[in-house]
Amino acid sequence: MYKIAVVGAYDSIYGFAALGMDTFPVSDPQKGEETLHRLAEGEYAVIYVTEALAAQIPGAIERYRERELPAVIQIPGVSGNTGAGVAGVKKSVEQAVGSDILFGDQ
Amino acid sequence: MASKQVNPTRMELSRQKKKLATATKGHKLLKDKRDELMRQFLELVRENMALRRRVEEGIQNANKNFVVARAAMSEQALHTALMAPKQEVYLDIGSKNVMSVDIPVLEYRTRTADENDIYSYGFAFTSSDLDGAVKSLADILPDMLRLAETEKACQLMASEIEKTRRRVNALEHVIIPEAQANIKYITMKLDENERSTQIRLMKVKDMMLEDAHHYKEKQAAYAAEEA
Repeated sequence: MYKIAVVGAYDSIYGFAALGMDTFPVSDPQKGEETLHRLAEGEYAVIYVTEALAAQIPGAIERYRERELPAVIQIPGVSGNTGAGVAGVKKSVEQAVGSDILFGDQ
Repeated sequence: MASKQVNPTRMELSRQKKKLATATKGHKLLKDKRDELMRQFLELVRENMALRRRVEEGIQNANKNFVVARAAMSEQALHTALMAPKQEVYLDIGSKNVMSVDIPVLEYRTRTADENDIYSYGFAFTSSDLDGAVKSLADILPDMLRLAETEKACQLMASEIEKTRRRVNALEHVIIPEAQANIKYITMKLDENERSTQIRLMKVKDMMLEDAHHYKEKQAAYAAEEA
């Protein structure tokens, strides 16, 4: 039995607590990276990370990209959508096809 | 273009032939695998993109609602309201095998069946905007989980496709031509050896006949007689 975690700035994630996800507010990237690794080793199968935090710890995000679990998914924070999530999908297409033939013009 | 030296022997020839047959079969299989993976990946990645757009929009709206709710309440009251959630979400992880890629399948369960349990507070001291905000977030929860599932599947499949493509290319452009070149080299060498043996035998036969019948002496004598 696994759980869902949300990591990011407190303002961006506090609402998810109401749904029954575990929220882990972090303020600095160093702490965010540690939290992410700790959660990934634990009982969390899905970890939502705000785009703002993910942009500061790309190495840590990349580490879980090709692992079966956990799924580290970027979500927009309260400060707006940076497009990093969509870029991640495009990256998958690029990796598989060689170039982004699907969403290149979007 | 044999890159490394091979022994021109029959044993090596049959080994190279076996290698070529295996490589060709493997190449065909891997190519099929790559094509099928690619087909499924393209389907999945389109869904992934659609889900992502929907979820991002949903979270954006929910965030707006939360900002409004926050404006109408004191920070302390808001924190208190969301401090002890009633609801909990659990995930059951299954696994699906798509062309030898293990893809996790997520199924979620909530601790209580009552969907009103997302409101972890009494309604007396909170603004109604908070209810709306929490509701808007709860509405996109299924999509968020579906997004997690498809996005993970896409990432795993993308890396598998990349690996398979490399293998296919290595077989197609390195292993198979190398084996073919080796086979050609050995065949030529063996043929050449055989021809040289043949010639040597013919020469020896000539010499032995010469020894037995003295053709050359007889021919010389005959020529002298003519003259």
